[in-house]
Formats: sequence, C-alpha cells, structure tokens
Amino acid sequence: MEQEIILQKESDKLSFLKPIASFLKSKFEKAKVLKSLKKTGITLVSILLFLGLWHLGSKALYNKEAAYKIEKALNEQGQEAADAEKACIASGDSSCQPNTLPSPTQVWASFQSLIADHKLINAKKEAFATKMAATNAKLVAQGKDAIVYTGRASFVDTILTSIKTVFAGFLLALLIAVPIGIIIGLSPSLRSAFNWFIQIFKPVSPVVWYLLVFMIVKTLYIGASSDNAFVISFISVGLCAMWATLVNTAMGVSSVDKDYINVAKVLKLGTFQKVFKVILPSSLPLIFTGLRITLSVAWMVLIAIELLAQSPGLGLFVWEEFQNGANDSNSKIIVAMFVIGIIGFLLDRLMLMVQQMVSFNKNEGI
Amino acid sequence: MNSTTVETNKMHTENGIFYPSNVMLDLKDLKKVYPTPKGDYVVLEDLNLQIMKEEFVTIIGHSGCGKTTMLSMIAGLNPISGGNIAVMGNPVKGPGPDRGVIFQSPSLMPWMSALENVLLGVNQVFPHATKAQRKDIAMYYLHKVGLDGSFNKKATELSQGMQQRVGIARAFAIKPKVLLLDEPFGMLDSLTRGELQDILIEIWNKEKITAVMITHDVDEAIFLADRVVMMTSGPKAKIGDVLNIDFERPRTRKSVLQHQDYYKYRKHLIDFLEH
Repeated sequence: MEQEIILQKESDKLSFLKPIASFLKSKFEKAKVLKSLKKTGITLVSILLFLGLWHLGSKALYNKEAAYKIEKALNEQGQEAADAEKACIASGDSSCQPNTLPSPTQVWASFQSLIADHKLINAKKEAFATKMAATNAKLVAQGKDAIVYTGRASFVDTILTSIKTVFAGFLLALLIAVPIGIIIGLSPSLRSAFNWFIQIFKPVSPVVWYLLVFMIVKTLYIGASSDNAFVISFISVGLCAMWATLVNTAMGVSSVDKDYINVAKVLKLGTFQKVFKVILPSSLPLIFTGLRITLSVAWMVLIAIELLAQSPGLGLFVWEEFQNGANDSNSKIIVAMFVIGIIGFLLDRLMLMVQQMVSFNKNEGI
Repeated sequence: MNSTTVETNKMHTENGIFYPSNVMLDLKDLKKVYPTPKGDYVVLEDLNLQIMKEEFVTIIGHSGCGKTTMLSMIAGLNPISGGNIAVMGNPVKGPGPDRGVIFQSPSLMPWMSALENVLLGVNQVFPHATKAQRKDIAMYYLHKVGLDGSFNKKATELSQGMQQRVGIARAFAIKPKVLLLDEPFGMLDSLTRGELQDILIEIWNKEKITAVMITHDVDEAIFLADRVVMMTSGPKAKIGDVLNIDFERPRTRKSVLQHQDYYKYRKHLIDFLEH
C-alpha cells in the first residue's frame, strides 16, 4: 500500500513536469535548435575573425612604428640610443610606446578604465553634494543659485549628453518637418514653392549648418550667462537631420492611394475629415520611415557638431582624446567608436519598432 | 445604332414603365476627350442613355472602350467634356453620396476595422443620427453581407472577397439614389464571385436602388440586370445595343440558367462582343 502511494506521488511529480517538457520540446525542436545554433555560431565566428584580424593588424602596425622609432634613434643619435629605445619599448614604459592603432586588449582595458573613472567621478560628485548640502540650502533660502559640481565629465556623462542632444534635435526636426511636410504635401503649389528650398538646403554639410546656427544663436544669447553649446548643437542636429522627414512626409501625403481619395470624394468628406481620417493615417508609414532616417542621420552628424560646438558629448570626447595624445587616447577613441555604433544601432531598432507599430501593413518598412 | 436606344425607351413606354419622372439617370450627348500630345483622343461621343428608377443596368463592352470613364463621370470623379449627366433632373457637378460607388478594388482604409470603414460613410450621410443609430445602420449592412463575426477586424485581415463585402455594405449603408459598380467582382475567383453576386442581388431586391454595373462577364450581366447595355469599341465609343432581360424577380441562379431565353440572350451578347 505504502509503496503504491509513493509511486502515485512519483507519477504526480512527473505529470507536473509534462506540460513543461512538451513545451520545451515544441520550442526547441531539433531543426530549430540546429538552425539557431548555426546562426549564433556564424555570428560568433565572424566576431572572433574580426577580433583576430584587428589584433594582427594592430600588431603589424605596432611593429612598423617601433622599427621606425629605433631606426630614427639609430640615425640621429647612434647605436646606443637605438638600444636604449629598443629596451624602453620592450619594457612597456608608457613614455616611448609607439603611437598607432590599439589592439583589442588595449581597447578593452581602456573601456574598463573609463568605467572606473566614471565611478570615481561619481563618488567625487556625491562627496561634493554632501559637503555643499548645508551651504546650498542656505544659498537657496537666500534666493541665490546653488553651487553645482563643475568638475570633469565622465565618459558615461558624455554619452548621456549626446543622447540628450540627439533627442532634442530629433524632436526639433519632428516639430518642424512633419507639419511643413503635411502642408506642402497637401498643396501642389506650395510644394513647388518649397521645392528649390529643399533641394538646395538638403545637401548642405553639418559643419555649415553648425556655423549658421552659431551665427544666429551667438547673437541671440549675447549677455546671457548660460552655456549655449547644447542649444547650438541640438538645433544644428535638428536642421541637418530633418530633411528626410520633410521629404518623406510630403511624399506620403501627396501620394495617398487614389482609391482612398476617391472614396473620400464620393463620401464628400470635409477637409478636416479627409486630412485626419484618410490622408494622415495612410501616410503614417512613410512619415515614420522618414523619422527613422532622421534619427540615424541626427546621431551621425551629432559627433561632428558636438566637436565644433564644444558641447560635452561623445564628439567632444573623441576630439579631446585625439588632441590629448596620451598613451591610451587612441584606445579610448576606439571605445567611443563602438559606443557610438551600438547606440546608433539601438536607436534604429527603437524607431523600427515604433514604425512597425503604426504601420497598417505589417510587412512594410524593414 | 442610336435608334436602338430610342426603341428600347419606346418599348418601356408601351409597357407603361417609362415616364419622364421615372428617369433616375439621364446621360445626354455625353462626350469625353483626353488631350494627348498627338491631338485630342475622343473616348466617348454622342453617348445617350436613360436609366429608370429601381432599374438594374449592366454595361458590357471590350476593355478600354470607356466603360469605366463613363461610370466615373457619372460618379463625378472625372470631368465631363461635353453633353451632360443628370440625376433626377439635377446635373452632376462633382462626386457626392447620392451616388454610391463600389470600386473594382475594395478600396477600404486598411487602418480601419470593417465597422469603421462603413461608419466613415454613414457618419457623413446621417450627421444628425445618434452614435448608436449610426452604428446600428453600419452593423445592419455588415450583417446583410454576411460579416457578422468580423466587425472589428482590420481591413487587411480580411480576404479580398470579404473586403469587397465591406465595400458593398459601405455603398448601401449611405442609402444612395444610384449605385455605381465598376467591375466589383473582377478580381475575385469564380466561386467567391458567385457568392457575392447572390449577396448583392439579395440586398438589391430589398433596397431597389437604381444600379449601374460594369462587367466583363456575360453571365453576370444577364443574371443581375433588367437591361444589358452594350458599348461599341473606342475611340468614340457609344451605346451599341441594348438588351432587355425579362426574367422575373427575385431570380435564382438556377431558374435563370434553366430559362428558355437564357441562351438566346447569351448568344445575343456574345454575337455583339465578337463583331
């Protein structure tokens, strides 16, 4: 009897597992597993291959640079100096390292040091805040501005600044380009009136947009104490990037399926109804395609513009590291490159998700 | 050729069907010219046709003869180059909900549900009805076309045949004086086509809205129509011949096919199209 009961319990346990087992079975069928394994495998292999090539390339460049340095010392100062140089390079002393493309390991080390640096700066900020809490409270009570931490920005801070700037620029582009796009899409005469404007200003380089915005904002901000680098950079980014949205919106609005327009005509929909119930919904996919391009363009030009505007984002970070010329500057630049790439990729995925949400035809827009 | 039209009208007079006030749609000396770089291209010329109240007319003719041009001119979507079109004596000046159109492609707004698509028209035509009343109208017609379970499905989730059902519901729901159908079943397979013909004629029997339908299908033309209008090939197309279909209504497909005159009508139409 007892034996039986135990058996019963055993099978109960098993039956509890059954649905999970069948779920797992269906989820991970052999063919599927093989396919996804193959896919991940190929990706992993290509990543390893990339790192390997990079490593070999940087090593070759390092050796060339080192050989040149020793050669130079030999020619200019003689054998002794050349030997000293050689020994110095071999010892890994930072004062005489060849300055060239960093290897993957160096870049990884730099990444870790940047994170450590960020933690350090954060700690300093907190210390500053606690130290100044009483003073600041007093200042605020007196109606004065509180004293804020004005130390060096960490790498993570520069990333956040860049993201903030790109979203502000994107929002500006959206607010300018979508309404204008709709209006000129609706009216053929306005479209031809605007056409030269779009055709001429669309290909203008980000640098020139920056200069134009700088001319205007500088004058507007005369006497103002606040820092206008952020304003200049986000306006420039917005102006550079808005064209794709403008053109796509105008195209979407002006090329609504003739059948829908005929339906609207037969039903005698008023202008408001026609625009909001027929034209806009049907051009939403194209508008969002434009916005997606705008966001990726904004992120791309941001780096150059931050550099020019001295806005404390990734662009300035890259430029300052280049000017700095420290031993690990090159690898920090490569870290920034990867961060820029990954964030750009994530932003694009985000927009793709939004685009697919608003698209009535689910197959569209990849 | 023109005399045939006149004769038909006379015949209606003799049957006591034709009175001037009974004319729903009057096309007089209708002309359509498209300017081309090589000079004007005359699509339609001297086209005369009168369509009575509660009449179902099908129009057949070769591709490109100008049937669709004529229909879109009646709908007001295409400007008239000469002559005139009147609906109950009022000249057509543009599109309007008194002439419902069922297009060849269903032309539903893909971002709206079936119900919203029908409501788009209903809201426009019955602005003073309450929201519930308008919804009832839309649901009634969707029910009539057999879409009871699909009110809230997006247009893109419906098959081509289902979409055209919504198109039919949308057209009837705005209670037009004239229903214009531009080869509405041309894109459907023959089974679905038969189903939709039955649905169309069932609603039409109830509503008796004057209907003008373009078709390529001789059997469809006979099954649905009181009169089949045959158009000559373009350019300068006009009415070539008119054939009265004297089957009783309501018709069933079976009774029509078994009728002794069916093959006579069919032969008449095919003879016209082949010459």
